[in-house]
Amino acid sequence: MKAVITVIGNDTVGIIAGVSNILANANVNILDISQTIMQNIFTMIMLVDVSKSKINFDKLSGLLDEKGRELNVKIQIQHEDIFNSMHRI
Amino acid sequence: MISPFEIIETIKMINEEHLDIRTITMGINLKDCANENVDTACEKIYNKILALAGKLVETGNDIEREYGIPIINKRISVTPVSNLIYKNYTVDDCVLIAKTLDRAAESVGVNFIGGYSALVHKGYTEGDKTLIRSIPQALSQTNKVCSSVSVASTRAGINMDAVKEMGAIIKECANLTADTGGFACAKLVVFSNPVEDNPFMAGAFHGEGEGECVINVGVSGPGVVKAALEKVKGEPFGMVADTIKKTAFKITRMGQLVAQEASKRLNVPFGIVDLSLAPTPAVGDSVAYILEEMGIEKCGAHGTTAALALLNDAVKKGGVMASSYVGGLSGAFIPVSEDAGMIAAAQCGALSLEKLEAMTCVCSVGLDMIVVPGSTTAETLSAIIADEAAIGMVNSKTTAVRIIPAPGKDVGDIVEFGGLLGSGPVMPVSGYSSAEFINRGGRIPAPIQSLKN
Repeated sequence: MKAVITVIGNDTVGIIAGVSNILANANVNILDISQTIMQNIFTMIMLVDVSKSKINFDKLSGLLDEKGRELNVKIQIQHEDIFNSMHRI
Repeated sequence: MISPFEIIETIKMINEEHLDIRTITMGINLKDCANENVDTACEKIYNKILALAGKLVETGNDIEREYGIPIINKRISVTPVSNLIYKNYTVDDCVLIAKTLDRAAESVGVNFIGGYSALVHKGYTEGDKTLIRSIPQALSQTNKVCSSVSVASTRAGINMDAVKEMGAIIKECANLTADTGGFACAKLVVFSNPVEDNPFMAGAFHGEGEGECVINVGVSGPGVVKAALEKVKGEPFGMVADTIKKTAFKITRMGQLVAQEASKRLNVPFGIVDLSLAPTPAVGDSVAYILEEMGIEKCGAHGTTAALALLNDAVKKGGVMASSYVGGLSGAFIPVSEDAGMIAAAQCGALSLEKLEAMTCVCSVGLDMIVVPGSTTAETLSAIIADEAAIGMVNSKTTAVRIIPAPGKDVGDIVEFGGLLGSGPVMPVSGYSSAEFINRGGRIPAPIQSLKN
């Protein structure tokens, strides 16, 4: 299963390191990564493969959320299909 | 890969514009639970609901977490309960069934269970009579049970005996729950041309043509439509309709995804997606504000009906292609107490009951969550129902009345219902009597289906 991780907020040191550290520990592979400034807000988007993850989705989501609070940004992980279904016919 | 812009658009819709799945509603057939002995019937009903819907809430929560889309309500609709009422049943027996439904809803964790209903648009069965008589007690003694009664259809006409009775039933519901502003009335809908697969409350029931068990999903998102329209300020109506269609398409795709996923996980067939714009009292989640965004200064001003007609139609057109099966009520709801913009419009006098009645000719349902003075007579309530039923009957559409004659309240007061039901300003009704009209009884014949001018 593929999922999309989004980080939205003010750019700060250690965002990619923080997120990728959690993913590496959970054995989640990063497939693609992009970052941009959209409407003056830092936005990072990662496509990840969670099928070999050592922890369940809920737990992973919780860890990312926690990291987001620590870095003062909003980090979300969502199943890729929600974006596919909305934007692709 | 999906572009960052698209990802952010989706996230913004959810986080800032209140996009949500309003409800996953499981429809359950209870016909096989009918039994001459009411205790046996109750036991069967309880066991069947628990067996089928036991994992409904958990599954909904799982989907919500994985996809990051809020699923606000998980609900159940059942076979119209009047089908289960034997001739020997008393009003108290019916109330016992209502309490069983309430207990089952509590056990599985859903917030409403609909289908304490009777379809009497042509005539009453013995079961219908007893069930309808029990509605005030049933709704005032339970928390989660919702009731609906169909009193008219395009094919059958209007059952004016039932219209008369429902006025009195609504009064009784209000009086039995006077301490909560007549809250029981918020759980009771009087229909013309009801649909059998509606997932929204309080009018949901599992219709005659439905299967054993089915998953129906209702999507929402007035805030998303409003936000999209902000970007086309001043543009002509073609552009307005196009923008609404595109937005409705995206919203409905999400509903389709959730419906399919829920159906797969629960191993229950997928019924329909109901693509309704259902407002909530939250700021930015209002249908009235969409109409105002189109250029109406205050909802209820002249032009409101035309704006709503465009909105209702564009929502359907956009949504139809997004889902393999669209059904339910699909369109725009205009429940006054549940819509911040409608509340404001009613309070400042811009929105009247008469205007709302006109709006129901083009919206997806009818007079919804309207609070009127406690002194309103049963006959006047019946006459309001008759007017609304006539609109539905003649225009071959679903219309409904969910009206609350709040005991002890008068024009100028506001009744707080709390939660999604919001708060309703008391709206004035005509002071002239309709009693003689209502007391005639009998049926208004079905309208002619040709010579349409």
